[in-house]
Amino acid sequence: MPDLTLDGRPLRVADGTSVAAALALGGDGCSRTSVSGQRRAPLCGMGICQECRVRIDGRQRLACQTLCRDGMQVETRA
Amino acid sequence: MNEHTNLLIIGAGPAGLAAALAAAPRATRIVLLDDNPLPGGQIWRDGPQAKVPAQARQLREQVLACTNVQYYSGTRVIAQPGPDTLLVEDPERGWQIRYDRLILCTGARELLLPFPGWTLPGVTGAGGLQALIKGGIPVHNQRIVIAGSGPLLLASAATAKANGARVLRIAEQASGAAVAGFAAQLPRWPRKLLQSISLFDRQYRTASHVLAALGTDRLEGVRLKHKGKVVEMACDRLACGFGLIPNIQLAEALGCAVEQQAIAVDAWQATSQPGIYAAGECTGFGGSERALVEGAIAGCAATGNRQAAQQLWRRRARWHGFASALNNAFALDPALKSLATADTLVCRCEDVPYAALVGHRDWRQAKLASRCGMGACQGRVCGAATAHLFGWQPSAPRPPFSPARIDTLLCLEETGDA
Ligand SMILES: Cc1cc2nc3c(=O)[nH]c(=O)nc-3n(C[C@H](O)[C@H](O)[C@H](O)COP(=O)(O)OP(=O)(O)OC[C@H]3O[C@@H](n4cnc5c(N)ncnc54)[C@H](O)[C@@H]3O)c2cc1C
Ligand code: FES
Repeated sequence: MPDLTLDGRPLRVADGTSVAAALALGGDGCSRTSVSGQRRAPLCGMGICQECRVRIDGRQRLACQTLCRDGMQVETRA
Repeated sequence: MNEHTNLLIIGAGPAGLAAALAAAPRATRIVLLDDNPLPGGQIWRDGPQAKVPAQARQLREQVLACTNVQYYSGTRVIAQPGPDTLLVEDPERGWQIRYDRLILCTGARELLLPFPGWTLPGVTGAGGLQALIKGGIPVHNQRIVIAGSGPLLLASAATAKANGARVLRIAEQASGAAVAGFAAQLPRWPRKLLQSISLFDRQYRTASHVLAALGTDRLEGVRLKHKGKVVEMACDRLACGFGLIPNIQLAEALGCAVEQQAIAVDAWQATSQPGIYAAGECTGFGGSERALVEGAIAGCAATGNRQAAQQLWRRRARWHGFASALNNAFALDPALKSLATADTLVCRCEDVPYAALVGHRDWRQAKLASRCGMGACQGRVCGAATAHLFGWQPSAPRPPFSPARIDTLLCLEETGDA
């Protein structure tokens, strides 16, 4: 059961949970803000659309292709 | 830390796994890589809300047990720094892989078409929702509408229901006659017949398509057209996908010929480029059975075992028959070209509206004038959409093939193996 931080708030998820799922479990499901200021959420679920990109431990990564790990820091507004 | 391998396989879905297993007895060293955290491709996904079928688990274990197969997860292809060499990146590092033979098993993605409101949080692809649920997205007690086209709608509905969602409607754009015609052919492939019976849903409607996703900050409802009538439904999620399209970008960048939007291959699954093979959904949509047999043929052929490859041709022909029945039945209604309105964003990366695209001559011109396709997805979503809407041919991608870190790009300079 990894413990992570989502936008500063602690969150515990089941093993094997994707970061995309963590966004919905611990927040409003959104991953990023678009160039015109709209909030967006994962769309394709398979590494194509890039809508799910978030900052994980300081690096831009795809939430749908990343599994939650203990101690991970996930930011959707960075 | 560059390396050399006899056989490099891109994609660890059914096709890539079958290719690795078939090639293992004759190759000294095989590298299998995939951008997902676990092997299995689109169909076989493990997660807190999913279990992979026994046959798939077995195949995966067999491949990973081969001592000459090196599997890299979470690894994507970034560039082609030289002949027979690819630059790849995982979450930690970038490096070059030089190969004698290459098999592309890059699979397919969903065709996502723009309609008003499709950028609202709560709207996903149809297969996209299935994948997200398997990864642990909660849908318990949520009201879900699934729309678009193809058998994936039913598969996605089944996953949603199994996880406690209320599926209010499954809107298939194809006509009732087309779907019935397809269903009538299913007894030719008994396994598929059984699968489709188990997936049948009372909320399934043909000749039905999405008009708009409704809501301000997130999805609140959906407007559908069913047999000419407009209906609105309140819902928490809309999952909308219009069938699958082969991932051909890497093949195009490597100079492989493409036919009908899929990688062109011969009877040995060989592409037009010497030493490069392709198998599975990147050569055309047709389900996991087809991907498995194509992968096995490619694995045999790429390691010089033509006899074993040839023995699989009959099985492949059978699944090619299934693929063509499928593709004919779910051909897209031209009405779907007029869903987007002037202010509907077509390019979600650069927020380019439909109005900024109409009137351009081709993809290149539209791209330069509007930045459509210049964002992070590199036209994988909007390029396919504008191909459907305007008939534009997206250009072959330039490196980096997916967003890469600077330290990975610096590896482009390196030469030779470690
Ligand atoms: C969401 C979804 C659900 C599906 N569900 C079913 C189903 O229930 N039943 C069914 O019969 N069919 C289903 N399909 C169809 C399914 O795609 C095929 O049956 C089968 O998975 C095809 O196998 P494949 O090996 O050709 O491709 P895939 O399974 O798509 O595997 C390709 C793999 O390659 C990876 N990849 C692609 N490009 C790169 C790259 N450049 N670098 C690194 N890795 C890369 C992908 O991430 C993926 O893991 C589904 C498809 C989708 C998209
Ligand atoms: S949801 Fe599309 S790339 Fe992750």
